[in-house]
Formats: sequence, C-alpha cells, structure tokens
Amino acid sequence: MEKLHLHYDVEGNDFIAVGEASGQVKRALRQLGIDFEVIRRCAICMYEGEINMVVHADGGTADVVVEKDKVTIVLEDRGPGISDMEMAMKEGYSTASQDVRELGFGAGMGLPNMKKYSDSLEIDSEVGKGTKVTMVIHIPG
Amino acid sequence: MRIQRVREVLDASVLCGEELLDREILSACAADLMSDVLAYVKTEALLLTGLTNTQVIHTADMMDINCIVFVRGKIPSPELIEYGRKHDMVLLSTPHKMYYASGLLYNAGLGACR
Repeated sequence: MEKLHLHYDVEGNDFIAVGEASGQVKRALRQLGIDFEVIRRCAICMYEGEINMVVHADGGTADVVVEKDKVTIVLEDRGPGISDMEMAMKEGYSTASQDVRELGFGAGMGLPNMKKYSDSLEIDSEVGKGTKVTMVIHIPG
Repeated sequence: MRIQRVREVLDASVLCGEELLDREILSACAADLMSDVLAYVKTEALLLTGLTNTQVIHTADMMDINCIVFVRGKIPSPELIEYGRKHDMVLLSTPHKMYYASGLLYNAGLGACR
C-alpha cells in the first residue's frame, strides 16, 4: 500500500464543524478497506483531539499518515499549551468552559480516551507556544 | 431489536430515516456526555440522549451508531435532522424521560452496551 497523507486545517471556536475532519478521515480509511476496529480507534482519537484543538487552542492542523502497518495522527496547535500534564491526563480533570460542557464534552475524558484508544500517545506542549500531539494506531497484519 | 419495535416501545416519532426502521439494534446506551459514548459504546448500538447539538451526530457517526433517540420530547433543529439524514441515521423523539425510556427498552429485551 502506498503511503497516504491527509491534511486538515481545523478552525478554532467552530463548535458546529468540529468533527468534520474526523468524519472525513474515517471515510477515507474505510475506502482503503482498513480493519473496522482500527478505523474506530482512529476516529475516536482524532475526534477527541480535534475537539481539544477547537475548544482550547483556537484550532490548528491535523495530519494523518496511513501506512501499511500503522496510522499516525499528528495534531498541532498554537494554543496556550498544557501547564499541568499530569492533571491533564487524569480522567475527570478539565479546564473546559461551560459552552463546551453543553456540547457533551469537557468532562476530562479527551486525553484519557486518546491514550486508551491509541497504541502510543506523545504530547509535546509548551506553555504560551502550543501543543503537538502524535498518536500511532497499529494495523494488525 | 428492530428500530420499528424501539419506536413502538418508546411511543416515539420518526424525525428522519422512516425507510430504515427495519434495521437491527443490538444494544443501547443512554448518555449526555459524548466522551462517555466515545469511551464505551460498542457497535450497532442505539443512543438515547437529551442533547440536541451537531456533536451528537458527529459522535454517533464516529461510533457507527445509526439510531439516536432524543428523550423528553426534544426535537433538534431542521439542520441537525438533515445532517442525520445525510449520515443515513434514524432519528427518533420520545416523550419519555431518559431513565424511563431506558427502562422501557431494557424491559423489552434490549440490553446495555458491555
């Protein structure tokens, strides 16, 4: 399989469109005939990440690279950065606004869900500069 | 359980997907927290929710949920219903509250997502 690279610009504060890019990724993976469970894990990771970028960081970019044995999702923003990584990874901890909670998110499940459904999750964040999240999901051979 | 039966059990009205009521549902979950849906839902499930924003549809789309029941008589905006139609979903609205609606479906034999 040839390497496939998908790129998306995710708009900040667009609570209606958030999730569009994840939906497109899901459909692209399905067209490639990738395993159902792998697609599902990619969709969850990407969607939670997309929501984080929209609600915390005024948007950013999403890059998805599909190779024979893995899917790599890289989400990059120039938002405020994560000041307390240990807390951010805790289920139930959130700094999200009331607006976000009304959408059914902001309950401190985003990063834990991304960790749960990816095979590896790397977060490179600097306060005042931004955050880069890299997730890898393996495709079983 | 077929969606047609879900509709009867919940006295629900069909907002879109009338032609898809023959679909089979294997389990159900009730949630207003979409991250919980992302965390726990299994395939071919039905979602009962009190939320009526587009994120419900996006979340359902991610999880291959193709039937959503809005509780307490809630009717989402025409745009959201259209969005559901575009994604081949059945959208229902029941007058019952979340806990009661869940109980009715459970009693009728529709189990929880495990």
